[in-house]
Amino acid sequence: MELIAEFFRDLRATTGLNFTIFYDPFDVARFWRAFLVTCQLAVASVVLSIAIGIVGAFGQGARFRPVAWLVNAYVAFFRNTPPLVQMYFFFFALGAITPTVPDDIGMEVPLVSNFAWALVALSLFAGAFNVEIFRSGIEAVPRSTVEAAEALGYSRLGAYRSIVLPLAFRVCLPSLNNNLVNLVKTTTLAYAIGVPEMLYVANQIWSDSLNVTEMMNVLLLLYIGLVSFLVWVMHRWERAMRMPGYGT
Amino acid sequence: MKSIPDATDLPVLLPAAERLARRAAEERRLLLPRLDLDWRWGVALAIIVLLAAGVAEAQSAPGQESVFAAMAKWAPLVGKGFLLNIAISLVAITCGTMLGLFLGLAQISLLLPVRAGSWFLTQFFRNAPWLVLLFYCIFMLPYRVTIAGEVFEIPNWLRATFGLILPVMANVSEIVRGAVQSLPKGQWEAAESLAFSRGQTLGSVILPQCAKRMMPPWMNLYAIVIMSTPLASIVGVEEAMTLARGALNAERRGDLLIPVYGALLLAFFVYCYPISRLTRWLEHRAQVRI
Repeated sequence: MELIAEFFRDLRATTGLNFTIFYDPFDVARFWRAFLVTCQLAVASVVLSIAIGIVGAFGQGARFRPVAWLVNAYVAFFRNTPPLVQMYFFFFALGAITPTVPDDIGMEVPLVSNFAWALVALSLFAGAFNVEIFRSGIEAVPRSTVEAAEALGYSRLGAYRSIVLPLAFRVCLPSLNNNLVNLVKTTTLAYAIGVPEMLYVANQIWSDSLNVTEMMNVLLLLYIGLVSFLVWVMHRWERAMRMPGYGT
Repeated sequence: MKSIPDATDLPVLLPAAERLARRAAEERRLLLPRLDLDWRWGVALAIIVLLAAGVAEAQSAPGQESVFAAMAKWAPLVGKGFLLNIAISLVAITCGTMLGLFLGLAQISLLLPVRAGSWFLTQFFRNAPWLVLLFYCIFMLPYRVTIAGEVFEIPNWLRATFGLILPVMANVSEIVRGAVQSLPKGQWEAAESLAFSRGQTLGSVILPQCAKRMMPPWMNLYAIVIMSTPLASIVGVEEAMTLARGALNAERRGDLLIPVYGALLLAFFVYCYPISRLTRWLEHRAQVRI
């Protein structure tokens, strides 16, 4: 650690390239925290959006039609509006009417933090796409398989959970991966409502240290790295989940 | 006992699964969500805007200016901002497409270094978040350039446009490569047997056929670009979103919030809807023909 800090201090002295995030303890700490916030946001919204997708796809097939209409309306709305507008809508419109609670020192803080609003907005945005993706996967499961499950006495939920979903999931995994990669890229939008994620903190750091060029490049490379890592993990997962005899 | 080979595993979901796998491969190539607008959503949105405005109107204090009058007052300004959105998207798609065509053709070059370099560039700009690229261009491009002694100021919006050109370029590059590769190999071989050079083959056999295939994803890309132009408001470009927020701040009225943003959404919808329809129509036509 000390060696790295020393190296970047030297770099600054010799070339003028000022990477404060590698040697200044304050900047190291806050950039690391920001990195963690981005990762948390990404992981939490991925998990939540998949959950939304699974539940939504089940709801679309409900016998009680209004449930299906509701899901369809949700999907159409969130698929076709810009995610930035959704983010603003949640934070400014809904955030303004949620109650506040006093914190330790008596300040009024909103019950739902801006991190939570970003998480909700991102999950609902990606979840809408996931519902569509899971639906297309479920359509690939033949009717006869579902009928066989019914013949074995499965309920609709039971058949969905143990027969339809495992098959559908494998079929739609590639599409799902595309969407999740998009989701991770969209986490940068949390900047707009002041969530201290990487873009936001990088902005603070370059305002303080005037090292815009260096921070910009670090940021770009970090995001490319994160996305590449996700793509790599997803490909491994896809290969592990592959059904023998399908696809290439 | 011999283990069962892969090929004879139970055919639980063969035909549909294969179709889906093809579609997923297509989506992976484009890596962009597909915009699919339904006119009913436009109508619903318009009703919501009118209802919200009506409710605000009914609740407004006696001496206050009417909600509709306030909106009409600001409409020209925000409308001008919306024109800037359209201008940004048009410049971005035009320049991005030209650059992307070059990059896409470089991706199918016979020279390995050209192919590898252009592949890397494409992947790099496709996988970087748009907002980060936007910040990059806003801060890294010079504020003014001097060409032959003349000093040119580069306005904020133009630098933001550069930020959109980069991902557009990468996406167009991928659309071109995908379209060229989707053509049957026989087309290349037939052209070769007719003694076409590589350039001639590309120019008069391959690309004309690709144009038709490239149209739907390219138009979808344009719809996504116009939807991404509000991102420029984050970096301080005076486009419709920024101006709408400015108008709301100037009016200091909470009841205008939903009507104003709703009307803005509606403007985007009205602009994107024909594009979405045309994309679907072209796609449908291509499907029937093949």
